[in-house]
Amino acid sequence: MMTASPHSNGSASSNAIRTENVCRHYVMGESTIRAVDGISVDVPSGEFVALLGTSGSGKSSLLNLIAGLDRPTSGAVIVEGKNLAAMSRQALAQHRLRTVGMVFQSFNLIPSMTVIENVELPLRFAEVERSQRDTLAREALDRVGLGRRLQHRPSELSGGEQQRTALARALINKPKLLLADEPTGNLDSRTGTEIMNLIREVNESLGMTVVMVTHERALAGQYAQRMIFLADGKLVDDQPNPASAAASLPGDRA
Amino acid sequence: MKAHDLAELAIRNLRESVLRNSLTTVGISVGVASLVAMLSLGIGLQQMATRRLVKSGLFDTVMVTSRRDLRNFNRNEDGASPDPAQSPVLDEPARQKIERLPNVVEAYPDLRFITSFTFDDKPHLTMVAGIPSSYKTNDAFDGMQGSFFSSDMAPEIILQKTFAAELLGKTPKPGSEEAPVAELAKPLLGKEISMRYAERVDVPASQSNPNGNASNTPPDSIDAATYSIQSHELKLKIVGVTDLDPDSMRGAARARVLLPLKLVQSLHVVQPNALRDTTQAASKTPTYSTVSVRVKDPARIQGVEDAVKKMGFNTFSMLDATRSLRRFFAVLDIFLGIFGSLALAVASIGIINTLVMAILERRREIGIMKAIGASDVDVQKLFFAEAGVMGLLGGALGVALGWMIGRLINLGTNVYLRSQDLTPEQIWFVPWWLVGFAILFAIIVSLLSGLYPAARAARLDPVQALRYE
Repeated sequence: MMTASPHSNGSASSNAIRTENVCRHYVMGESTIRAVDGISVDVPSGEFVALLGTSGSGKSSLLNLIAGLDRPTSGAVIVEGKNLAAMSRQALAQHRLRTVGMVFQSFNLIPSMTVIENVELPLRFAEVERSQRDTLAREALDRVGLGRRLQHRPSELSGGEQQRTALARALINKPKLLLADEPTGNLDSRTGTEIMNLIREVNESLGMTVVMVTHERALAGQYAQRMIFLADGKLVDDQPNPASAAASLPGDRA
Repeated sequence: MKAHDLAELAIRNLRESVLRNSLTTVGISVGVASLVAMLSLGIGLQQMATRRLVKSGLFDTVMVTSRRDLRNFNRNEDGASPDPAQSPVLDEPARQKIERLPNVVEAYPDLRFITSFTFDDKPHLTMVAGIPSSYKTNDAFDGMQGSFFSSDMAPEIILQKTFAAELLGKTPKPGSEEAPVAELAKPLLGKEISMRYAERVDVPASQSNPNGNASNTPPDSIDAATYSIQSHELKLKIVGVTDLDPDSMRGAARARVLLPLKLVQSLHVVQPNALRDTTQAASKTPTYSTVSVRVKDPARIQGVEDAVKKMGFNTFSMLDATRSLRRFFAVLDIFLGIFGSLALAVASIGIINTLVMAILERRREIGIMKAIGASDVDVQKLFFAEAGVMGLLGGALGVALGWMIGRLINLGTNVYLRSQDLTPEQIWFVPWWLVGFAILFAIIVSLLSGLYPAARAARLDPVQALRYE
């Protein structure tokens, strides 16, 4: 332990996510669907990664495994130094609550709750005092540029405003990872760009690791530092994105 | 999740489908109401019956008779009893001995006789009883007009309501309204009434009979009582008129005129058992046909009865009667409780149905909550809390509803009782513990009903729940 500690510390801080030959198979009657079939990747801390592939390639399944929403059939998923495959259901819930934040294509806001209630819902599960919740929720909403309409319900908001709300909710517990599943899939291109810029800003200013699932090669090419291509549950290509360095320059956005 | 957050979210969720959840809650409240109504009916009836018995004054009394009277209260004892001729005489020393038994408050002779009274020059025939001064505290005198006897020897008299009515010529015709006691008492209190009675004057056995019948007296009759009877008249002051029948347990033999016991003793009125004294060996001291023994506490009755039986006397108490009465009410309460609970069981199925529906409807919402960090326990608790809130509301509403139903039953019965010329009774009673118990029971039943839906919601797979529909 003593000799290994400087080394393992270094690797833990550099690798936010590490999957080792991870598989997720579904049994459907007679046949077995290999949604994720032996993928091994390392994602260093602070990286913006895009998971690309066609529908059914297994990119969402892999994201769900990293999110702790699902368990691998075999292999290991190590996030922030902890193997999710070996965790209890309770520990996985804690992982989803504190280590990762998620945004979805369909926003997944709770329709009966107002914007601010949706944003502070994870704080209720984290047992944060009521007095602090409001301040934290307003801070998170400020960050995503939503200062108004906090008492409105999701159905009264535009798609962009809903996704901003969802993003604020994902960030409220200050997670290490942001996991985005087709975050612009339900948005027009202008609001899509606004949301993507917000995600990139979170990645850059907070140093948060981002894993984004998308089927749009162009979108990935514009924002991600690295692109991982999946097909039939297998990793087919893994390449850095040289364009992202230029795109992330502050001058570019101004 | 913290308790108040849980409650807040639960109430919010319930309000989201307010109609369905209200109907479920009303279902619970109807169940609780029926349970409360049934149980309070049982409790009320029991209280009514017990109240009557306690007021009768015989709840804590043992009646003692001599076996020599060949008069058994309990037929089963006939065979087991010793020869009546060998049994002790129920006389003054025996009474004193009984009074000294543990847990006995007092033992007094039961002196009663039928005689005639003259009031307003009209004769009236009725049963007279002597009552001890301890009767003053008897509940039966609660509604009395006037006052109790001023002393143990006072030439005073208390009338039972029906006799008072008879004296005034106001005996109600069958079916018509009885006159209130106060109205009957007003013209009578303080008035004089004269009572005729037959005094027993003991004649020393050795003295020759003045009628010249001495030769008819067998030589072995030394021990038998010899007495003559003298007729007397006594003026008495009416001090009270009582509504209730303190003597109701005696049926036809009940007295309608009450005198102080010591006064009656001093009059030496001929008792029905006096005739027997002339043919049987008798005690020199007064003998009694019945001695009433008051016991400190109804629970001690059995012990006192056994002790008195050991002395060779017959006993009778209300103990056996009340024991079967209590058993009857216990069974009645159980049955009423079961019938009341049936409605609650139906309501609990309603809760299960509502919550299972809610899981199907809120499948996606559960998935979202899990995705953003809710644990299985959080989701389970939330559904539990929803069931609990429905139980609490349903329970509170049900108690109110049950209370109202009970009030209506009470009102209806009393209207009926009044139309039948009977005194109104509170046949329905909700004690505080029943209110608490009913609400608690509703919550427990609701939580039990929530067990399955909550476990099902907790097990929901978030990936499947979030999949596009």
